[in-house]
Amino acid sequence: MTYSAVVGTRCYRFADLKEVLAKAGPARSGDALAGLIAESAGERMAARLVLADLPLRRFLDEALIPYETDEVTRLIVDGHDAVAFALLASLTVGEFREWLLAETTDEVQLAAVAPGITPEMAAAVSKLMRNQDLIAVARKCRVVTAFRDTIGLPGRLAVRLQPNHPTDDASGIAASMLDGLMYGVGDAVIGINPASDSMAALMKLWRMLDDLIGRFAIPTQSCVLTHVSSQIRAIEMGAPVDLVFQSVAGTEAANTGFGIDLAMLREAREAALSLKRGTVGDNVMYFETGQGSALSADAHHGVDQQTCEARAYAVARHFKPLLVNTVVGFIGPEYLYDGKQIIRAGLEDHFCGKLLGLPMGCDICYTNHAEADQDDMDNLLVLLGTAGVNFIMGVPGADDIMLNYQSTSFHDQLFVRQVLGLQRAPEFEAWLQAMGLTDQGGRLLPARSDHRLLSDLTRGIS
Amino acid sequence: MSTSIKPDPWQHLAALTAARIALGRSGSSLPTRAVLDFDIAHALARDAVHQPLDVGDLTARCREQFALDVIVVHSQAGDRLIYLQRPDLGRRLDQAGVAELDKRSGPVDLAIVIADGLSATAVQAHALSLVQALLPLLDDLQVAPLVIAEQGRVALGDEIGVLLKASLVLVVLGERPGLSSPDSLGAYLTFAPQLGRLDAERNCVSNIRDDGLSPVVAARKLAWLVRAALACRLTGVGLKDESGEAPPLMAVVSRLPGANE
Repeated sequence: MTYSAVVGTRCYRFADLKEVLAKAGPARSGDALAGLIAESAGERMAARLVLADLPLRRFLDEALIPYETDEVTRLIVDGHDAVAFALLASLTVGEFREWLLAETTDEVQLAAVAPGITPEMAAAVSKLMRNQDLIAVARKCRVVTAFRDTIGLPGRLAVRLQPNHPTDDASGIAASMLDGLMYGVGDAVIGINPASDSMAALMKLWRMLDDLIGRFAIPTQSCVLTHVSSQIRAIEMGAPVDLVFQSVAGTEAANTGFGIDLAMLREAREAALSLKRGTVGDNVMYFETGQGSALSADAHHGVDQQTCEARAYAVARHFKPLLVNTVVGFIGPEYLYDGKQIIRAGLEDHFCGKLLGLPMGCDICYTNHAEADQDDMDNLLVLLGTAGVNFIMGVPGADDIMLNYQSTSFHDQLFVRQVLGLQRAPEFEAWLQAMGLTDQGGRLLPARSDHRLLSDLTRGIS
Repeated sequence: MSTSIKPDPWQHLAALTAARIALGRSGSSLPTRAVLDFDIAHALARDAVHQPLDVGDLTARCREQFALDVIVVHSQAGDRLIYLQRPDLGRRLDQAGVAELDKRSGPVDLAIVIADGLSATAVQAHALSLVQALLPLLDDLQVAPLVIAEQGRVALGDEIGVLLKASLVLVVLGERPGLSSPDSLGAYLTFAPQLGRLDAERNCVSNIRDDGLSPVVAARKLAWLVRAALACRLTGVGLKDESGEAPPLMAVVSRLPGANE
């Protein structure tokens, strides 16, 4: 069916729902690249007017990507909880925004309706929301997950320790891990992006992480971010795998480009669960996503990149992950051109993920060919910290020497804890205190050159 | 060092990695020198992306050093801003480029393309050393005129390869600059180039720079790959690097598809 609205003296028409969604979104380079973007500011507002009056139910009646040919659509449709949706069933998208913002809508209600919200509904309402709306509503959502510690509790922020090295050199990785632990980083996960895909090299990394976590009884989990099929094989070979990682996208075709499907993710989750390595919970999956991944695989079906991204969260939601990380500025300026677009996308992704009930974190990041710098990252860090993001990245000096991009640093997480009063995961916070690294208020103590962690790790390296 | 700085007593570990560790802190923040060091690295990386390739100088040096004709072409991306936002245009030749290459007679075994990619700094620093080390290893092959391409991406080589009737095309271009590696060169080899080739159909040797894979070692790997590709009549995931040169062939680094292309 077609849609239309008048803005100023002009009437704008839209062929279908996906055109309305694409043109209602704020301008960004990826949608321009795909040829989906509104041609004028007036047309963008017309699309928003259409969206505001659209009943939420319409998204249940009109699939953006056909049910018959896309298993992500099937997952969304077949998994929709009509009972949870009942409370929202009479609302338009514009009214949904107002309901989300109302004082009377709280954490309990948001959690109750989450299974009734489809990714398309979340994307639609986000297009009518200003940045402050995205922050205000996300802050009300609470998503708590656990493995060896508990992530997402109120007033807390976890950090992934990311000690990457361009040749997977064990000493280099250990040096970065030590730096991070001494700065109180690592409660979300200690996760390495390996340069190599050789199984022998990967097995060394899993054993190294397992050894470190075991030796110091660190209440955290490890992850080696290689392809999910390699992780399944590693589990079969006896690797000590805590979390299984995979990049996921919002269309079946884009997931095919990643070399995965839902069945493979199911198999991986079952394999990880069978190891029973969690102590306080069994959320065993770690997913990464990012706007633009479907378009870059030429697998977006004419759907805008933010809606595709929200559909990736439907994939993630199905597998009860510990962590979902939108790697917001990694993909490059052809998808998110500058700091303004990256900041907006980071807030949208966090909001949509939380609304759908996901433990959202964000790799607040940019590449050197984007029009962005560390000031933009500071801005997004404070905004997402305020919005209650579950976790961020911790990269030494914000400079990832293996993936060649800039993220947030060990110092950055100290800063945001200080200005917003955010604590670490409780089990990890207690461990840091017991290790004599922080005081009772969670503040770093002056580093001692004879600290056990330092002397032990240095001995292991040399 | 000022008294406001709390130093990290593990500076001895900094020798083990190029990562920015043991920086110390003032309050929660970085010491001033560490902030400046970071911003200098970012400035150099930004300049690598935005400063134009000195085509005149590169052409003159190529003509002087190699017994090959040199052709300069341009992609359909008119300038850097378009190039950064429209990767599709960086993968296609403009009309003048098509006309120029169409005049050449083939077929040849190998076409070599030097493109600016995302770092003119890398191309100016290492591209000629790489080609100079490579050509003597392939002196029995028919090599097309050397093509220098402005605002070019990897897949621009496909169209160039078709027009030059080349069995193989090698695209040497500046990689996305990292903060610690603004001058890293990548080399992509594609058998039977044609429009629409997938990245999985190419072999890549990356991180070519002084602190990474040296141009001489990279040239040996590439020569091995060129001969293997001609013998097996393919490139890509089906062609594994068994040249035995350490360090191992690095995969194209990408957490998400398209990140490096």
